[in-house]
Amino acid sequence: MSDAPANRLSDDLLRPLLQTSWRFYALVAFLGSIVLMGLGTWAYQMYNGFGVTGINNPIFWAVYVTNFVFWIGISHAGMVITAILRLVNAGWRRPVTRCAEAITVFALMIGALFPLIHLGRPWLFFWLIPYPSSRQIWPNFRSPLVWDFFAISTYLTGSVLFLGLPMIPDFALVRDRTTGWRRRIYGGLALGWTGTPKQWHRLESAMSIMAIAILPVAISVHTVVSFDFSMAPVPMWHSTIFGPYFVAGAIFSGIAGLLIVTAALRKFLHLEEYVHPVHIQNLGKLLLLMSLLWAYFLFVERLTVWYGNESAEIAVLRVTQKGSFAPLYWTMVVCNFVMPFSILSLKKLRTITGCVIASCGVLIGMWLERFLIVVPSLGHKYLPYTWGTYRPRPVEILITISTFAALVLLYTLFVKFVPIISIWELRAAEHPSPALLPAAAREQALGETQA
Amino acid sequence: MSAVYAMYPDGDAAQRAVDGLRAAGFADRDITVISAQPMEGHEFSEMNKATWLWHIASAGGFLGLCGSTWFVQMTELAWPLQTGNMPIVAWWPNLIIIFEMTMLGAILATVVTLLVTAGLVRRMPALYDPEVSDGKILVGVANPAEASLPDLERALRAGGAAQLRRS
Repeated sequence: MSDAPANRLSDDLLRPLLQTSWRFYALVAFLGSIVLMGLGTWAYQMYNGFGVTGINNPIFWAVYVTNFVFWIGISHAGMVITAILRLVNAGWRRPVTRCAEAITVFALMIGALFPLIHLGRPWLFFWLIPYPSSRQIWPNFRSPLVWDFFAISTYLTGSVLFLGLPMIPDFALVRDRTTGWRRRIYGGLALGWTGTPKQWHRLESAMSIMAIAILPVAISVHTVVSFDFSMAPVPMWHSTIFGPYFVAGAIFSGIAGLLIVTAALRKFLHLEEYVHPVHIQNLGKLLLLMSLLWAYFLFVERLTVWYGNESAEIAVLRVTQKGSFAPLYWTMVVCNFVMPFSILSLKKLRTITGCVIASCGVLIGMWLERFLIVVPSLGHKYLPYTWGTYRPRPVEILITISTFAALVLLYTLFVKFVPIISIWELRAAEHPSPALLPAAAREQALGETQA
Repeated sequence: MSAVYAMYPDGDAAQRAVDGLRAAGFADRDITVISAQPMEGHEFSEMNKATWLWHIASAGGFLGLCGSTWFVQMTELAWPLQTGNMPIVAWWPNLIIIFEMTMLGAILATVVTLLVTAGLVRRMPALYDPEVSDGKILVGVANPAEASLPDLERALRAGGAAQLRRS
């Protein structure tokens, strides 16, 4: 291996860390102001009470719970995709794994915030934590909200570690290439990493174990989130299909989020040499697959309800497909199925731009899907005299917008301090041993046959 | 601590140096190899490969399973809720908590074992050269015996090193 390619690779990928333009500060200031606006709005809500939101009986879960489910879903981008690709040693994963894992961590942090935002008195959030309190009661392990606490805590811990472990060798690289305070900080983060064969073996073994452990946890998290709904006797919630339906939807929206972030990083950080069109197109193919799977689940769910002809469930079915929620419902169908299927199934349209357009549609569609699961069912429960409707108020809309800004802000800061592409993994792929490198590790488009 | 080492441009040269050191009588545990990426496919990358990581991760998972089983059962029996003649210890929902804690145990055990067995969270060893980050591979011996120095230098040069370094 010559020094030149390794150095150029490091120089290219470390440039965002070592050089800062005014655009970075402008972006951080812009996003930071939106996040501050969101925090201010939350403070306003705390001061004035939940009356400033549109939440009311019978629709006591609305945009906040929609956001909670949506962001937990987006978090599936990292773990499920990268864990699977790591386990099968897919070479094309290398430039996108860290992007994906970072989305997971940030989306989880934002998602986990929504149960707090949804509390009237968020300073009492610690009542959710299972410990023997002065009230002499323990949280009820039969409650899906307690399952949420355990599932999300485990997933967040695992995700942070899964993201952090492969960053250690890259921190060591930054340590060696910087001076002064940067060297001290990155030296601390590198934990004394040198790069002996023993350390590489341990790291790779640990990553394999983590990939195996994190996959069922990721699936369990969204299953548990679906249990928040399916354990309740509410029309169209009390369904055995909700677990896999939610997991499929989460992976679907996660891939869409990952695709948009990867394309944006490629463009704005000038990573064209490392993130190739084939990486985006492969993600596009996965998105197409998940779009078909989502459509299948939707069909199964709707058919079962229609066939059962149970009056309360039919009322929800009607109001979503033909009633006041119909525009949202059909937009969802177009965004989640018609648009991605039309764009991604045609090779000519499966360009980077096409994939990004389809992904934007999927994100909109999946948010609407979560909204349509939460609101119409609560508004049309078994006794018609309890029926009600809901309209989001500006407070909820502003807080929702600010969380999107928060994700972009966190990501921008992350990219500023951490190499967004795993340098050591890319180096290992660039200079592999032909004897050990499996054919699948070559940069290969999904569905292509190997020579 | 003193060390003698050389930097090599690729894995093949580093392998020749390691082979030379072994031929000169140095044991694997005395030879240090450092690279900026895993060098799979070269025999020296197999040094110190044996690990208990998988077993320890499994043990961590088992510990999480036992601990959480005790935890949920103990709390449900100690603070029994009114369940309307349903079982006080509710195994179906408990399985969710037990599963999450099992996986958390395995994950935490893996990470702690990695940190300990890979020698992380310690001071940087003296035998290190930042040139490794440029893609070169360091091969050397820490604290070599005075009598073995000529053999050591000869072996390192045989690998193709232009110059030897000391730290």
